[in-house]
Amino acid sequence: MTALLSIRDLTVTYRRDGSEVAALKHVSLDVAAGERLAIIGESGSGKSTLALAIAGLLPASARIGGRIDWFLRSPSSWGAKAPPSVLPDISPSRGEIALSSPPSPISKVAGRDPTAKLPISPLEGEMSGRTEGGLMERDAQKSAAKPTHIPLGGRDIGFVFQDPSASLDPVMAVGEQIAEVAHAHLGLTWSQSYARAKTLLERVRLPDPDAALRAFPHQLSGGQKQRVAIAAAIAAGPKLLIADEATSALDTIVQAEIVALIRQLVAEDGMTLLFVSHDIALAAELAERIAVCRHGELVELGATAQIIASPRHAYTRALLDAHLGLDAEPLLERAGASR
Amino acid sequence: MSSPLLAVSGLTKRYRRGGKTIAAVDDVSFDIEPGETLALAGPSGSGKSTIARLLLRLIEPDAGRVEFEGGDFLSLNGAALRAQRARLQMVFQDPLAAFNPRASVARVLDDPLRIHGIASRKERPRRIAALLERVGLSADLAGRAIHEISGGQRQRVAIARAIATKPSLIVLDEAVSALDVSVRRQILQLLLDLQREERIAYLFISHDLGVISAIAHRVVILDAGRTAESGDARAVIDAPQSAIGKALVAAAPKLNRTSKDSDAADRQ
Repeated sequence: MTALLSIRDLTVTYRRDGSEVAALKHVSLDVAAGERLAIIGESGSGKSTLALAIAGLLPASARIGGRIDWFLRSPSSWGAKAPPSVLPDISPSRGEIALSSPPSPISKVAGRDPTAKLPISPLEGEMSGRTEGGLMERDAQKSAAKPTHIPLGGRDIGFVFQDPSASLDPVMAVGEQIAEVAHAHLGLTWSQSYARAKTLLERVRLPDPDAALRAFPHQLSGGQKQRVAIAAAIAAGPKLLIADEATSALDTIVQAEIVALIRQLVAEDGMTLLFVSHDIALAAELAERIAVCRHGELVELGATAQIIASPRHAYTRALLDAHLGLDAEPLLERAGASR
Repeated sequence: MSSPLLAVSGLTKRYRRGGKTIAAVDDVSFDIEPGETLALAGPSGSGKSTIARLLLRLIEPDAGRVEFEGGDFLSLNGAALRAQRARLQMVFQDPLAAFNPRASVARVLDDPLRIHGIASRKERPRRIAALLERVGLSADLAGRAIHEISGGQRQRVAIARAIATKPSLIVLDEAVSALDVSVRRQILQLLLDLQREERIAYLFISHDLGVISAIAHRVVILDAGRTAESGDARAVIDAPQSAIGKALVAAAPKLNRTSKDSDAADRQ
């Protein structure tokens, strides 16, 4: 098992109403290259904070302790070309997840980004990760030089959010949003990038890829929009795909289709998958390992079969017991039901 | 044989979109008995929420009849409609969107008591405290703003508001879908307790067959605005007959808590 990234003693604190709230407390976790790892938990468990921290997408106001080390091989083109991007999930300012040396070119790119220091919208605020970038770089410089490079959001990490209506640009054609990722990160010409976008739309199985290239997000259904968001997330061939509640807003049937699609794409491209979900049953269908978070702590980590069949932590058991499956004990006392 | 509490027959709602007419709800019929839970299941776009909005008279149907408590509900207007609305209440998926987030819990519960003339001004604070306790919340919560309380507490407040007018039927549109699993179970238990004690009927709209199998007596499965199948909830979920019923059952995530998953183990 080769590690893709290693998280040690990660603590994330937000300031809220003048007081400090720890969203993550001393989390240590290794993510193996090529594995499908689910991070599950309820609201406030820290699961999304963990995903955002890995992607370098924490808000600038977050205080971060601990370290994340990446073990990525350096591609020849890295840092060569990183024009500003419109897609929130591929913004160059996210390059600041930059946790291992060498740190320089990405921060320069981010420094040039005029929006980076002006969080005019909550989204922009989330996109700039100044504080932890600096903090982590200091840490990283202390560590021995490794054959690694800084992971860049969009190129090395694809991120799929819960709400594709919020992550896709409503006034940009879908094809351009996907092509832009390939253009920005792979150095392809625009016509090559559009050709790649069309292939990606076929791969995520949009019914009419040619028409979809020219479609705007509002012309697509929720499931189709999420397929587009996935196509954009994998357009630059990232090593790591993070899906943060990516199927939670979809109905059960579309959810099952999207999960099957993610599984297939991850296998075909040899990606590592981080699947963040509140649904332990859904996580168990997709992931090989499950990490259970509660109140900012990692309470249990294990192989899916072990977590489901013999959970060690009482909270994992409680989550399993709370799941209402088709075969679950009905809460309704049918015999005494008034009819 | 008692007459049904709600009798819906031939309900139809069409929309024009891009020059074409689409039937969002197409000739749907069902009954709900007093104290019964009927679930409406189906994928997005199957017409579930349109039916809820039709029943609340938020939109008007193109065809069909709705009889509620023995009267023609669709012909009611003005004061008569307002009076019957006290008997037919609604809980939405997102209480933060349904209520003014800055309103206090007390204000949210005061409205129906005042509007429907249920309690005098002097009496209302006591009634509000009683409603909060009825849904398992502390009466101390009355002074808090809606945005300050948790999602589970908010949905309890929404239920307290719905039962404030002593309804015989509550339409619950994806009312537990956004809640954490542990909170979801508690809210479902609360709904069942209220139903047992007050004989309230529920029209429970959900795409989640797991939740439906836990609390519904009967289910109607919709597909593209039409009834695909209906029957006893357990029977339909155990052996769905329609294509959409089979697809919904197949798509529901399943936990196999006893077997060994070799696929998961082989990487370790």
